[in-house]
Amino acid sequence: MFEKILLPAIGETLYMSLTATFLAVLLGFIPAIMLILSDEDGLKPNAKLYRSLDVVINTLRSFPFIILMIILFPVTKMIIGKSIGTTAAIVPLTIGAAPFIARLIESALKEVDKGVVEAAKSFGASNFQIIFKVMIVEALPGIISTITLTLITVVGFSAMAGAVGGGGLGDVAIKYGYYRFQTDVMIYTVMALIVLVQFFQSLGDYIYKITKK
Amino acid sequence: MIIVKNLDKYFGKEKVLNNISLEINKGDIFALVGHSGAGKSTLLRCINGLENYGIGTLKVFDKEIKELKKDELREFRKNVGMIFQHFSLMQRKTVYENIALPMQLWKYDKKEIDKKVMELLELVGLSNKKDSYPSQLSGGQKQRVAIARALTLDPKILLSDEATSALDPNTTASILELLKKINEKLGITIVIVTHEMDVVKSIAQKAILLEHGNIIGSGYIEDLFLQPDEKMKKFLGEEEVVPETGINIRLHFPKEIAQYSIVTHMARTLNIDFNIVWGKLEKINTHVIGSLVINIEEKDEENVTEYLNEKNMRWEKA
Repeated sequence: MFEKILLPAIGETLYMSLTATFLAVLLGFIPAIMLILSDEDGLKPNAKLYRSLDVVINTLRSFPFIILMIILFPVTKMIIGKSIGTTAAIVPLTIGAAPFIARLIESALKEVDKGVVEAAKSFGASNFQIIFKVMIVEALPGIISTITLTLITVVGFSAMAGAVGGGGLGDVAIKYGYYRFQTDVMIYTVMALIVLVQFFQSLGDYIYKITKK
Repeated sequence: MIIVKNLDKYFGKEKVLNNISLEINKGDIFALVGHSGAGKSTLLRCINGLENYGIGTLKVFDKEIKELKKDELREFRKNVGMIFQHFSLMQRKTVYENIALPMQLWKYDKKEIDKKVMELLELVGLSNKKDSYPSQLSGGQKQRVAIARALTLDPKILLSDEATSALDPNTTASILELLKKINEKLGITIVIVTHEMDVVKSIAQKAILLEHGNIIGSGYIEDLFLQPDEKMKKFLGEEEVVPETGINIRLHFPKEIAQYSIVTHMARTLNIDFNIVWGKLEKINTHVIGSLVINIEEKDEENVTEYLNEKNMRWEKA
């Protein structure tokens, strides 16, 4: 059972959540920086841009994941070529996680001491340099925490990927454990998930510690 | 070097600076003094363009700051270093990296950066701390790092925004010593913003006093503190209690004659008695200035005033 069911499921979960988180970080960074720039006391205040991004992010975040997945079928098909399967599940996972990550990175960047930003301005740093050489460097521990948090949330979301044939641990738990009353499989998958989440959290904490001075 | 004329500034509808004019010369240590909310930090930030201003002119090196374009402003800021109340250092960079940052951003050569950083670490006395992180330093040490960082691009002006307000008195004194050294050794013009009178007295040569965005006093420190007018007295929060009978005469002791024993000499010469009812001596920069109120009987008034005029004393009835 372990080799046939559990091991591939762990592989699928890791594949979906790691890829989706990675892509979500890339995708979420851009709006996060635009939010920080256009904020009222940002480097280039722009109320209109801020408001529209704000609305888009809030809208995306209000969708229940399972619904988002269904709505995104056409988009997924366009990108991957099909709308079911493990790889296909990565699309909604990414789009579900990106606004979450954008918000969290925004708040991590907002935590950066305003005085440091002002000091950077005072010695003639450009906005680009202030964002990339000062703010992101200072906010790195916060951003690491953000990524850890997102990764674990995505592991949770990926359980629902079973609905589109995505596979993964969550899918196994529902299929075998719930529908077929195989309690032992249920317990194993949950244990595997616990270990996975523990591992990600410890790794995240470890990296946080290294980066935090 | 810095010329401000009829400058007004609004935050929304609120006027925070009203008709400010001042001139700061090369090599000055100039203080902008006021209570919190007086507009002094805002005025300081106008000098390096961190704040803009509406009406009036502000020229530094003959350049009108508000007319500078974005890149010109960045270039201009190389010439104006700044230090802050809460040090504003990057927590995730070492002392060395913090000081090197401005030069790195301006793409200086690595060797040149290293040389300059080492030189500045020496100047601020932190050579042994170069690999420490700000969280491992005391407040005074952090401010020294910030000072070193502000000097990396060889500025001609250093702006100090309440740089000693978060420090204890001894540390404050040592930071002021350092600023004085920088002023004398490197010939850098220093503009300090502070609400601490002791800071002004110990370091500045000239000052303006700001209240609610208005200049209520300006000039050389000695003059400002020696013969404070009503506004200034209120500003300093000084109040003296003097007798209501007889005549009170306030004597001012400017720096030249502060040490002279004019009071006892007068008593002996005129052979009169009087009470000393109030007095104060203060150290300003390296000079001592002071004032004294004596209470004399009415019949002696003529003799005393005559004597004081003869000795060229500065006095007034209190």
